[in-house]
Amino acid sequence: MAMNPTRKRRLIIVLLILAAAAVATVLVVVALQNNMNYLLTPSQVQSGQASGYKTFRLGGMVKAGSIQRSDKSLKVTFTVVDAGGAMPVEYTGILPDLFRDNQAVIATGHMDNAHFVATEVLAKHDATYMPKELKDAMARAHANKKISDAAAAQDSTP
Amino acid sequence: MTPELGQLALILALLLALAQGILPLIGAWRGNRALMAVARPAAAGQAVFVAFAFGILVWAFLHFDFSVRYVADNSNLALPWYYRIAAVWGAHEGSLLLWILILNVWTVALAAFNQKLPEVFAARVMAVMGLVAVGFLTFMIFTSDPFGRLLPMPGDGADLNPVLQDPGMTFHPPVLYTGYVGFSVAFAFAIAGLLGGEMEQAWVRWARPWTNVAWAFLTLGIVAGSWWAYAELGWGGWWFWDPVENASFMPWLVGLALIHAQAVTEKRGSLRAWTILLSIFAFSLSLLGTFLVRSGVLTSVHAFASDPRRGIFILAFLTVVVGGSLLLYALRAPKVAGGKAFRLLSRETLLLIGNLMFTVAAAMVLLGTLFPLIGDALHMGRISVGPPYFGFLFPLLMLPVVLLMPFGPFLRWGHGDGTDLKHLLLRVTIAAVACAIIAAFLVHGQIKAMVGVAAGVWIAVGVLLYSYKRWREAPRGRRYPAEMAGMLLAHFGMAVFVAGVLLSESLSVSSDVRMAPGQSKNIGGYDFRFDGVQRTTGPNWHADQGVISVTRDGSRVATMRPQKRTYAGDQVQTESAVDAGFTRDLYVALGEPMDANNIQGAWSLRLYYKPFIRWIWGGGVLMMLGGFVCATDRRFRIKRLPVTAAGNEWLAQESRI
Repeated sequence: MAMNPTRKRRLIIVLLILAAAAVATVLVVVALQNNMNYLLTPSQVQSGQASGYKTFRLGGMVKAGSIQRSDKSLKVTFTVVDAGGAMPVEYTGILPDLFRDNQAVIATGHMDNAHFVATEVLAKHDATYMPKELKDAMARAHANKKISDAAAAQDSTP
Repeated sequence: MTPELGQLALILALLLALAQGILPLIGAWRGNRALMAVARPAAAGQAVFVAFAFGILVWAFLHFDFSVRYVADNSNLALPWYYRIAAVWGAHEGSLLLWILILNVWTVALAAFNQKLPEVFAARVMAVMGLVAVGFLTFMIFTSDPFGRLLPMPGDGADLNPVLQDPGMTFHPPVLYTGYVGFSVAFAFAIAGLLGGEMEQAWVRWARPWTNVAWAFLTLGIVAGSWWAYAELGWGGWWFWDPVENASFMPWLVGLALIHAQAVTEKRGSLRAWTILLSIFAFSLSLLGTFLVRSGVLTSVHAFASDPRRGIFILAFLTVVVGGSLLLYALRAPKVAGGKAFRLLSRETLLLIGNLMFTVAAAMVLLGTLFPLIGDALHMGRISVGPPYFGFLFPLLMLPVVLLMPFGPFLRWGHGDGTDLKHLLLRVTIAAVACAIIAAFLVHGQIKAMVGVAAGVWIAVGVLLYSYKRWREAPRGRRYPAEMAGMLLAHFGMAVFVAGVLLSESLSVSSDVRMAPGQSKNIGGYDFRFDGVQRTTGPNWHADQGVISVTRDGSRVATMRPQKRTYAGDQVQTESAVDAGFTRDLYVALGEPMDANNIQGAWSLRLYYKPFIRWIWGGGVLMMLGGFVCATDRRFRIKRLPVTAAGNEWLAQESRI
């Protein structure tokens, strides 16, 4: 079967592009699945939403007065709070410049029993600026809590 | 009074931009030379008014005119004059003004250098530039006025974000923007070429130097940004796959594909439609970059502006630009196809593979960067895509590029010769393997470092062998035309870059430690002795300054003074200390005092030994030089078309479309 050389060239190019696209798609999907990090607030974690994820990001405010440093090492513990929950966090290393009481932070890490072990802690550069996604997540957690409070109130009233 | 003059100047500039954007297009359509002639004076006038507005904003900063809200928000009495000038582009409104100013500089340069272009084509190019300016000036006047008043006038201003008070940051945004905006020229050429249809064959040659210069500026901007992040953020990294970084990296990748595709189209006529598509995408991604950084839709460590109204405007603008140009492309592209055929084994094929890899990589980065938005739209919760996604896929996509790089120049256009390649393959393989084996002893068998050496040598030997081949075979004086010299430089830069990345990633030693004064710590063969912390002050900050003496085998290497600065408004900023070297950097950043009330005591410190990290930026600088050198090639200079009957006939023919 003789094929026109121009057609043959085009066919080869098209096949090359298709093969590359297929390989790229598979790789991208795999890489995305392995590297998606969910952002959860302490109340969402306490309601069990974090159980499905090995690592996730915990977002909230640093509770005033909760920062405690170890005498011997770089270990530091603090509590991250949102409107309806609190989560103790443990971190070993150097905290960012803007890390302080009542500052919005996002910590990446995993749960170890009842506390969160962080591998990375980020605070925003702008002291007055709260990250949009964190604001949204906290607003949502707040709304959920209101709903569950309302439901609880309804349950208790006969 | 003066700030209002700035506002007025911007409005006049918008009117001139409208004239520049619309009249020449009508002129080109109708064959009306008077209307086409409007383009140049309108562009010049617009540039004068925008420069005037920019000057007024600079003046307001220099004279502490805090009645201007933007000045009050971004500077104060203590800020030194050089940072007051840099503060002009320290936030959203001013950086937009800078964007437009740079667009005007490009347009005026285009008007000055392209006087020999065919009249109709030049008119269309200028008109597209004018329309882009219309979009940005409208955006600025209606949503982001830098001259808005703040009454009553405060006695002192806030402060420029301390992160931006660094020499690297005064330099980074203008250079980066010059690159971003420069792609508007390639875009304007492509659109004018589409409008001209099959009549217009030569536009790619005229567009090439502009695209190369834009890409070179973008390269320099990214290198400067990376160096700034390394020196300023105190984390010792050079690239974080942060959305803002990705925003500049995507147009860079597509621009890289574009400059190679343009070479194919210009020399062989093939891939013409692809070149047009890439021109559209490169500019669209530059716009998207502005959108991502300035709208704050994505959470990023350094997106410091957020206002949804602006985001919606840029999104609409982006839709018009991308949608409009793709529509034009769909209508016109069939008319511009063609070119010489090429075999599978040819330079075209290799360039095409490179092009595919660069665009797929750009798409991969785009997906990862926008994924949080997609996840949000699909109600999957707040998701972010971690750096490992990019860190895994990007090297994988670049692997074929690195492997094929030595062979590209050796292959001929159209059809290549296999025997030449076998010799080359043998030589680069021997060189790469030999160097990797030698390196194995020095890096104690670390695989990643050995791969880095092998990859760098692989590319570099390919470049050197090709240079030698040219030296032997081409006649004196024609061995290295600027275009080729630029290519060799940039490819050699790639070798330096790849080696730098892999060596520094694999051999870096970092350590977060707690140190009391007098204590020592050994990192990478260097002894870091902590000599305590003292107070020091600067023009608008005070700081805790640590002293660290570094010795190696007892002999003194450096005394390093990292700082922890506190600016006005209690903004804290880490100022790391770097002892730079050709083969290694030593890097120290102050963490925090273990006891906040006793800064004389123990501190947490971040100590790094970073081998070959300079090579990363060095490679980038070589790539940039390659882009600039390439653009100076004599072939790209436009020969004046004869202003004779033939010229006029050409004009008549052209205007029929």
